[in-house]
Amino acid sequence: MDFQLTIHAALDRLRDGSLSSRQLTESLLQRIADTDDTIKAYLRVDGEGALRSAEEADRRRSQGEKAPLLGIPLALKDVICTKGIETTCASRFLQGFTPPYDATVVARLKESGAVILGKTNTDEFAMGSSTENSSYFTTHNPWDVTRVPGGSSGGSAAAVAADECLGALGTDTGGSIRQPAAFCGVAGLKPTYGRVSRYGLVAFASSLDQAGPLGKDVTDCALLLQTMAGYDPCDSTSVDLPVPDYYGALQPRLDGVRIGVPREYFGNGMQPEVEAAVRDALQVCRELGAELVDLSMPYTEYALPAYYIISSAEASANLARFDGVRYGARYDDAMREAADIIETTSKTRQQGFGDEVKRRIMLGTYTLSAGYYDAYYLKAQQVRTLIKRDFDQAFSRCDALIVPTTPTTAFRIGERVHDMLQMYLGDIFTLGLNLAGTCGISILCGFADGLPIGMQVLGGAFEEATILNVAYAYEQATAWHLQTPEL
Amino acid sequence: MAYETIIGMEVHAQVITASKMFCGCSADTSAPPNTHVCPVCLAMPGSLPVINEAAVRATIRTGLALHCEIPPHTKFDRKNYSYPDLAKGYQISQYDMPLCVDGWIDIPDGEDTKRLRIRRVHLEEDTGRLIHEGAHSLIDDNRSGMPLMEIVTEADLRSADDAWFYLTKLRAILRYLGVSSGNMEEGAMRCEANISIRPEGASTFGTRVEIKNMNSFRAVRQAIAYEIERQRALLECGEQVHQVTVGWDENRRRTVFQRSKEYANDYRYFPDPDLPPLQLERVMVEDMRRQLPELPDAKAERLAREYGVKGDDVALLVQERQIADFFEATVKAAQGLEPQVVANWMVGELFRLLSEQEVADGEIPITPQQLADLLMLLHKGAINAAAAKEVLAELFHRGGSAEEIIRRRGLRQISSESDLAAVVAQVLAENPQPVADYLQGKGAALGFLMGQVMKATRGQANPQVARQLLMESLEGRRHDTEE
Ligand SMILES: [Zn+2]
Repeated sequence: MDFQLTIHAALDRLRDGSLSSRQLTESLLQRIADTDDTIKAYLRVDGEGALRSAEEADRRRSQGEKAPLLGIPLALKDVICTKGIETTCASRFLQGFTPPYDATVVARLKESGAVILGKTNTDEFAMGSSTENSSYFTTHNPWDVTRVPGGSSGGSAAAVAADECLGALGTDTGGSIRQPAAFCGVAGLKPTYGRVSRYGLVAFASSLDQAGPLGKDVTDCALLLQTMAGYDPCDSTSVDLPVPDYYGALQPRLDGVRIGVPREYFGNGMQPEVEAAVRDALQVCRELGAELVDLSMPYTEYALPAYYIISSAEASANLARFDGVRYGARYDDAMREAADIIETTSKTRQQGFGDEVKRRIMLGTYTLSAGYYDAYYLKAQQVRTLIKRDFDQAFSRCDALIVPTTPTTAFRIGERVHDMLQMYLGDIFTLGLNLAGTCGISILCGFADGLPIGMQVLGGAFEEATILNVAYAYEQATAWHLQTPEL
Repeated sequence: MAYETIIGMEVHAQVITASKMFCGCSADTSAPPNTHVCPVCLAMPGSLPVINEAAVRATIRTGLALHCEIPPHTKFDRKNYSYPDLAKGYQISQYDMPLCVDGWIDIPDGEDTKRLRIRRVHLEEDTGRLIHEGAHSLIDDNRSGMPLMEIVTEADLRSADDAWFYLTKLRAILRYLGVSSGNMEEGAMRCEANISIRPEGASTFGTRVEIKNMNSFRAVRQAIAYEIERQRALLECGEQVHQVTVGWDENRRRTVFQRSKEYANDYRYFPDPDLPPLQLERVMVEDMRRQLPELPDAKAERLAREYGVKGDDVALLVQERQIADFFEATVKAAQGLEPQVVANWMVGELFRLLSEQEVADGEIPITPQQLADLLMLLHKGAINAAAAKEVLAELFHRGGSAEEIIRRRGLRQISSESDLAAVVAQVLAENPQPVADYLQGKGAALGFLMGQVMKATRGQANPQVARQLLMESLEGRRHDTEE
């Protein structure tokens, strides 16, 4: 079935002419029609636009063009702005908002010839770990539809796992690519902060957000990152460094590679099968030539509170623009009842935002307030420096770290919605990396009761080639990534 | 009781740049509403700011001109507050690490000067403009994201006059640098004053009142004077001054209550994560310092020294760089003429013409060569001063050359004694009574007779020569009668 292809396999067939982008796109649209009623990965599918782009790609290829992703159908998380396609961040507030511009990553994908299938579900404004905070619906895990796909890029991860796209883009602020990749058994990479332009990603926490690829395997992540990465003059935090050839650097061996194993990421009441699977993976790496290094990252436990303070503070300002004045929903009720603009704005926001978003805005506003700033925001920034130092020290001794992505496999829908702390604690293995600002990839490393287990390969700043290579070598030596859910 | 007034000033000045502070939109605000806008200055989701280097340079140059230090590290912060003209819900500004700190500016203080400390100069973005129409409020976002400098003094001013001198001086500096038009009426320069008064000799400060809405230099002077009196009256009745913000009501000539400090915003400043901190290289700053133009103080000192121009005139000449340049060019073109004569004509007649005419600040419709030619003709006695004023007015309004205007309008001065002697004889013959008055010691009659001579020559008589001839003839008659 064409929709089951990886990106690299599809490119081979598009190049040898045995498949057209139109056929491939049609096959995926059919797949979406067949399965997405169950999975609910997509908030909207742009079938017409996708077919048009596919035909255009076929025409370009027939004229000898060789753009790297020419004709490859992809899905985009709905916090990424797409010119002419509604972009809602799964919020009622942005219902009907169609950006007049493409995010830089989208422009780059389009230039590379990619076909955009549609926009995938997410927690509202990317705030959450299950897609249960979407204002529209919850996405279901393709491996067990009673479970969450993870979040916030749960729609993208589920779409990849369910073969509803060849690859997808997500965003990762505290694990929002890696955690759903782990829950859905796909590969998902968070690039180094500054590696990929943030222009056009609806900001959640500006100092933490990065867009990254989700794919069926490591090779596909390398191909997607190749196109996404690079300096953007429109994003002052993007970094002007050359982009290496990620795909070309993939190697099946790990000779001489030093892999760190930080003890803080193991034990501590995590699901035993998860720990066992990651420890098995470490042995595989050793057999491939890697040297394992035990080490300690003592500030790991402080990542969670520091993350929630910093990300909420930034979010409280980033979301202030949603006042209904220039775009987005402004409620008629509010217009009628409101005495003045302040009341109109507050009613608009009251009705436009979901509970989790309001919670974070309030938390962020509080921690930035006069008299609390030093105790919360400033302290959290200091902790962030210490966590960064933990990572710096680890990467001075090792080329990469291998740790579990999540303490457990995917939880049931509804299981944690009333226990926010439990929900937040599920992210403890991913948050630190965002605070440190370096890169990581989550890949499949086993199953527990039919549910995927993810492990992360973490790397230093701009060491994407290194982590892709470690993940690739492991993947080549195992067959986990070849398994697919039955739908 | 005698009170001392304490004033601190905050001035916002629009920075002249080609594009806005954080996006590529044109910084021309005269365009139709909402035509110079983009995702960034409309705060569309996902848009990101990029710092305008030209605005940073303009602010640093201002700081250098105000003798500020330029710290090597600076950053931008988010100032959070909610208002419909503020698209992002926060303003990108600078909180604790401004571009420029600890400077000073000298202002006149009687015969002396007084030094005001400048606390800081920082860079931020402007908001959109609200337009209220009936029950609706409209927003023009052309102004949204325009670069804006904020210049803050220490509380070193002591009177409304100080404020006026400060603003005049500051505006001159901004205009010399070319960083802002300083036009208050158009809102390119906006100022707020914090005012308190305290019994003379007291060591603690009184309660501060903030005045906004002062849209002209005159309004600043009037508003501050009004507020000082208001506070004094309150204290003298044993009442309290409350910490409030007031606005100047131009029509009613009084300050009106705007809001109380109890509703003061907590702006929740924090570093803008979208903009990495800036490192300013010493070399660049020193380079900019070297390239500063000659500023008003230095220019005034030099004009006085090089040209011997009087202090009051110098102060007026250096207020605009173009005026000072015009003065120097005219002096150069008018070889042999006393520079003070050029100064007199500029400060007197030319300024009067400029103030009558609606011309942009610093713009002069005549050339230094035109003025120099005119003054040289006056100097040589070809025309008299009254004619020179007429010629200047025509040059100013219609252009041309002084020579040609004098010829066309027949203004050339009659200096020949033989020509004027006949006129004098005729005037004396036709006015026996004033002549008699004069001879009886009524000196004022001479003025009347001079007037008659000027009238008879249609103003062309050389006044010195005519007067001399009149006196000689009259004195001759006195001798005749006495003999
Ligand atoms: Zn703009």
